[in-house]
Amino acid sequence: MSTVTVPRTRPERLRVALSDALTMTRRNLRYWWRSPEEVVGALAFPLISVLLFGYVFGSAMVVPGGADYKEYLLPGLFGMTMVFGLVNTVAAVVTDRARGVTDRFLTMPVATSSILAGRAAADVVRAMADLVVLIGCGYLVGWRWHEGMAGALAAVGLLLLLRFALIWVGIYVGLVLRSPDAASVLYPLVLPFAMVANTFVPPALMPGWLGAVAETNPMSATVAATRELFGNPSAPDGSWLTEHAVPLAIGWPVLLLVVFAPLAVRQYRRARR
Amino acid sequence: MEPAVVAEGLTKNFGSTRALDGFDLTVPAGTVCGLLGPNGAGKSTAVRILSTLSRPDGGRARVAGFDVVRDPVEVRYRIGLVGQQPAVDEMLTGRENLEMFARLYRLGPAEARRRAAELLEIFDLGDAADRRPKGYSGGMRRRLDLAISFVMAPPVLFLDEPTTGMDPGHRLGLWHGVRTLVAQGTTVLLTTHYLDEADQLADEITVIDHGRAIARGTPDELKSRLRGDRIDVLVGDGVDVGAVGRVLAGVTGAAPELDQQAGRVSVAAPDRVAALARVARALDDEGVAVRDIALRRPTLDEVFVQFTQEEDAA
Ligand SMILES: Nc1ncnc2c1ncn2[C@@H]1O[C@H](COP(=O)(O)OP(=O)(O)OP(=O)(O)O)[C@@H](O)[C@H]1O
Ligand SMILES: [Mg+2]
Repeated sequence: MSTVTVPRTRPERLRVALSDALTMTRRNLRYWWRSPEEVVGALAFPLISVLLFGYVFGSAMVVPGGADYKEYLLPGLFGMTMVFGLVNTVAAVVTDRARGVTDRFLTMPVATSSILAGRAAADVVRAMADLVVLIGCGYLVGWRWHEGMAGALAAVGLLLLLRFALIWVGIYVGLVLRSPDAASVLYPLVLPFAMVANTFVPPALMPGWLGAVAETNPMSATVAATRELFGNPSAPDGSWLTEHAVPLAIGWPVLLLVVFAPLAVRQYRRARR
Repeated sequence: MEPAVVAEGLTKNFGSTRALDGFDLTVPAGTVCGLLGPNGAGKSTAVRILSTLSRPDGGRARVAGFDVVRDPVEVRYRIGLVGQQPAVDEMLTGRENLEMFARLYRLGPAEARRRAAELLEIFDLGDAADRRPKGYSGGMRRRLDLAISFVMAPPVLFLDEPTTGMDPGHRLGLWHGVRTLVAQGTTVLLTTHYLDEADQLADEITVIDHGRAIARGTPDELKSRLRGDRIDVLVGDGVDVGAVGRVLAGVTGAAPELDQQAGRVSVAAPDRVAALARVARALDDEGVAVRDIALRRPTLDEVFVQFTQEEDAA
């Protein structure tokens, strides 16, 4: 008989939780690594958007101020990719549940925090990889940042913050949905969220109410803020929301985190019916 | 010493379904308890509650000395579970599965690798070690699932129909594995539909039906409680089983079953050895050539069917 030693002191517990979280992160990263078709597929939409909107419709898309449309478009696509990442998180959570792996973790001496941290860390790493690919492609088609490295890094930080907040939404939704079939209807639901925003066109050019919705969309705050930090054209419309894009790009994700992280933890604990 | 598993009056409802209805169970430390019962009796529900995967609606349970509701974390440090559905990580190879779970059981990297290799050997998965379970057969997947649960030898191990879908060779292998663990001090709660498995492994059996324990005892006790012992007589070629049957009927006063093809006559013998002696003497007096004569207990299958039928009739 060989029992697992129960960590009794606080530092010991912390060490164990960290080591478990690392094990979980490695395992979750292997998932992405082993499903290249899924990773590439998820990047296909923003990449095709670059070509389609940047070149095919590009001449028809006019940014107020007369800047190059690609300069305007790319930050929108970065933001959109972060939002679509939600679907990856949900899919991963639902799959683990359906295959009974979650049940196994639940009977093991692994802390909920380690399991959820492993999920979040792996998804952030993947989001970084997504951004590196997209920024590289942006560079190839002539997109540039103009506010120095610090501004660019700050912009990337805001994008990752949005993604990080959405991970917790994804964990919660995935645990609530449970069935892989239910998860597959998620993409069409996330799509309008990514579209009714300042991704492709300035909300000022949309019909009144739609523009208002697009402008209040948390994703629009992040995109507007990154445009500002990258020094890309942002179609200034003078509205309060655009003026305060950076604080909002921090505030929205923090709000999402404060609401959904505890919900995700509670739902995970509830997985023990 | 406190029993390794104690359940008192456990209840659990799923909507209007009463899965457990005052379920009691005691498993002394270091023993194997077989939990038998028809489909839907509540076996898996009980196992899930005892392994902290599910919360009871009522009643109490202690596993390895800790309450499953109040101290679930302490319980989780001391149990292993093989659920009814195999739970292996599809994206990791067999070896990676074992190494990951070994790490989560806090083995160091080198120790985890060593243990994984050892278990792959024991569970005969060497050839499939570096493939993903996607390409495994049902039985191989089950074996990987079991191997994961054997990473540690936990104080209490729950096995929910562990050998379903396994071929006889590997089933014998698992029985051997379970006995080895028990010899090292592990307590096992095993659900199964294979009564020979319970007969082979279990020190005690609890029969569950409609969410309640309806019978409990050693396999022998359960069998003798039926008082269904029989005497089987095998006769040589050319002997008329009808004539032998008449002798047995005369001695025991019960109607014998005849099987001319197999040359076998079987008759109920409630008073066991006394009946055996009388039958042997009578056959000898008649000068019948007997190839074999045996006092036979009912099989566990017969016990099981009788108990659950009585329960349904009640
Ligand atoms: N998650 C659930 N939701 C609804 N009903 C459930 C759930 N789990 C079990 N049940 C019901 O509870 C009862 C007991 O189920 P359980 O799985 O414990 O039976 P079992 O003895 O393990 O059966 P089997 O031999 O088929 O595995 C059944 O009527 C089943 O339909
Ligand atoms: Mg079951």
